[in-house]
Amino acid sequence: MSDIFNIFIRSVFIDNMVFAYFLGMCSYLAVSKSVKTASGLGLAVCFVLAITVPVNYLIDKYLLQPGALSWLGSSFAQVDLSFLSLIIFIAVIAGMVQLLEMVIERYMPALYMALGIFLPLIAVNCAILGGSLFMQERNFPTVAHSFSYAIGSGLGWLLAITAMAALRERLKYSNIPEPLRGNGIAYIITGLMGLGFMAFLGI
Amino acid sequence: MKKYLGPLSKDNPILVQTLGVCSALAVTAQLKPAVVMALSVTVVCAFSNLIISLIRNTIPSRIRIIVQLLIVSFWVVLVDLLLQAYFYEISKLLSVFVGLIITNCIIMGRLEAFALSHKPWPSFMDGVMNGLGYGLVLVVVAFFRELLGSGTLWNHQVVPNALYHAGYLNNGLMILPPMALILVGVMIWVRGSGVDR
Repeated sequence: MSDIFNIFIRSVFIDNMVFAYFLGMCSYLAVSKSVKTASGLGLAVCFVLAITVPVNYLIDKYLLQPGALSWLGSSFAQVDLSFLSLIIFIAVIAGMVQLLEMVIERYMPALYMALGIFLPLIAVNCAILGGSLFMQERNFPTVAHSFSYAIGSGLGWLLAITAMAALRERLKYSNIPEPLRGNGIAYIITGLMGLGFMAFLGI
Repeated sequence: MKKYLGPLSKDNPILVQTLGVCSALAVTAQLKPAVVMALSVTVVCAFSNLIISLIRNTIPSRIRIIVQLLIVSFWVVLVDLLLQAYFYEISKLLSVFVGLIITNCIIMGRLEAFALSHKPWPSFMDGVMNGLGYGLVLVVVAFFRELLGSGTLWNHQVVPNALYHAGYLNNGLMILPPMALILVGVMIWVRGSGVDR
């Protein structure tokens, strides 16, 4: 149990998707102009991560890993399908996003209006595929661990993009050198925030 | 030839269009993985562009995203397996970032914006040039990070020992991930304030 909690804290603060691995930077830089849209996208990322990572975990564990097919019988124990994992993961993510969009539109129209345009974009967000790939690399023992990892990284991403958007709303009023306006200063601020986040390394 | 040169500076994918930043920065602590990453992206981008351009008239536009994702992931798996077979050390170092080329926005962006509406040869060149424009930024960032951070280039020591004896220290800050972002910010600054006026 404490393991699961540790993974959660680690993935929010120390292994933060944005500040430690630069995942999802494209949408992070493009959508962080107002707090409202930024938190909407952050929520959507959180949501999709929480669903796709455990699903990919199960697929990886019971279909793709070397020897994963041994539940089918001893003659399948030698099969190693891990070279398929990239293609399967991206297909699961694209499929899940599509499915999620339909379900949310049908049952939660308010949430759909809030997330609406961001959902389809998420299929090609590297934070999502990155979540699945890091999950595979870290070999979590149970599906609960992978779920806590997914929620943690999603929250970390939400935290990062919301903080960035709040800073950028303020930046409009400050006097920045002409060539650095817009993306230039955004990179530098993200770097400084990342340095700040490194203080959590001691936890 | 000149019309292909845009991505190197004027329309640079990272500095100007802010595409593909995701995987670009995590691999730049040393020169070697940065060069390998740049080459992989160039290969994937060029050949996916070529294939999409060859079949551009037969793809139904409703499912084009999925077709594109599949073709890109085909090339990425190929590159990944080649790296694992011949450059195992570097492939370990790059870890998940080779896989993440699939969701690199440069590639999807070029497929959507260029390959779907142009002939194969220009598309191929466009892919190569965008890959190189991306690689250029990677190599410059990695050059400074490795030189200032560990005093080496391509794993060879370049800062002379005499300098260390005189009290010179490596700047450990350069190795930390956030410095990559700050260096790219500085590159945007330099570019914006003179080179391409």
